[in-house]
Amino acid sequence: MNVRLYVWQRLTAAVMAPLVLVHIAVILYATRQEMTAADILSRTRGSIAWASFYALFVAAASIHASIGVRNVLAEWSPLSDRRAGLFAVIFGLALLALGFRAVAAVVLT
Amino acid sequence: MLAELSVSLWRGAHEGRYETYAVPQRESQTVLDVVTYVQRHLDPTLSYRFACRVGVCGSCAMTVNGKPRWTCRTHVSKVAGGGRLEIGPLENLPVIKDLATDMAPFFEKWQQAKGAFAPSQTRNDPIAQIKPDSPARVAADAAIECINCGVCHAACDTVRWNADYFGPAPLNRAWTLVNDERDSGNIARLQAVSAVGGCHSCHSHQSCQELCPQSLNPTAAIAGLKRRSMAAYLKGEITA
Amino acid sequence: MILRTKHRGSALWLAAVVHRLSGLLLAIFLPLHFLALGLALNGEEKLDGFLRWSDQPLVKLAESGLVFLLAVHLLGGLRVLVIENFDWHDGQKQLAIIAAAVSAVIAFIFLVRIF
Repeated sequence: MNVRLYVWQRLTAAVMAPLVLVHIAVILYATRQEMTAADILSRTRGSIAWASFYALFVAAASIHASIGVRNVLAEWSPLSDRRAGLFAVIFGLALLALGFRAVAAVVLT
Repeated sequence: MLAELSVSLWRGAHEGRYETYAVPQRESQTVLDVVTYVQRHLDPTLSYRFACRVGVCGSCAMTVNGKPRWTCRTHVSKVAGGGRLEIGPLENLPVIKDLATDMAPFFEKWQQAKGAFAPSQTRNDPIAQIKPDSPARVAADAAIECINCGVCHAACDTVRWNADYFGPAPLNRAWTLVNDERDSGNIARLQAVSAVGGCHSCHSHQSCQELCPQSLNPTAAIAGLKRRSMAAYLKGEITA
Repeated sequence: MILRTKHRGSALWLAAVVHRLSGLLLAIFLPLHFLALGLALNGEEKLDGFLRWSDQPLVKLAESGLVFLLAVHLLGGLRVLVIENFDWHDGQKQLAIIAAAVSAVIAFIFLVRIF
């Protein structure tokens, strides 16, 4: 870990703190209301607000998780720092792709 | 008649085994007394390190019942549950023999973290006037009493997991120098502690702070380095 | 990793390990979560089918576990961010325990609501 990776990881963490709180509130609300897929999608479809919220969340989470995974691999697995970094980048890109796909799935009409 | 202690000592180097000795228990006895007794009366081939015997030099640090401690300042009565002691060399350092470790890697990391004062003036200049209650001096003073005993280095999981990591003591010393107004080497120092193995590898487990026999707080010092490093990086004074 | 040293059971070491493991588990969960949501691309029936599958008690229990992981990772992370960006405060052990307790409460509230 160097200062550049550290700054990206801590920055995305700070960005996500309020996002996670909102997400937990959403989870508690949706489960309390026993929302069906139709209930959820009727709220998210066509919503610029939810699109922006979750797109930001996906971007931040992908960066944060991939740097975290890199650190764990570098410290706890026999992989070299370079290999750990490579795996982390691939993992981060996969999260970005799957994440944006998921956002599109619930937001696009 | 006082009891006997059952004392297991590490014999060998990286490969080796624990050997057990029976040591007479005394009223007031330190772990260093116990190790010394074994070497003088039971097995002269035992290798161990000490110097002052009174807790000011840091030479006698060993792993005692699982924790790195100064053996001269550890009373047997405080640690020998059930009359048993297990004593090994400090962790995270190569073992020379038995209870003596090679401190060279520790001091090499000290140098890599730029834990050395870089003077900005000569003997011909007037003495620098440093206010003892300035925030920078207070921060430096809080961390300055490190005597390089290696206990924090042995306690640190990140040192164990990450071969590049400088460790708490070198970074703590770097922090005192970052706060030293007379020092002129801070850009290079911040660059050094911002690289791979520097302060950003610290996960704030705080084992260093919990076990430091001088009651220093390397976790806080490293947090301070992280702040200075991030500011310098964002301002473009250092590069990643 | 030979756990020969005893200080590794201390509260703060445990907090760090919980933080790391929760992050790992969340990282593994995230792609699955995204794939489940992506089911809506094929129509809401697919997503609804999944939501009904997740009505099983064991799945609900696992979901509570995930909520705990998310909360504990957030609160532990906030504690680290405070250590790193503000003046030192003693009492980190207590803060770590409080973070774990609050996370357990949140997960318990979730569990009660979905059962």
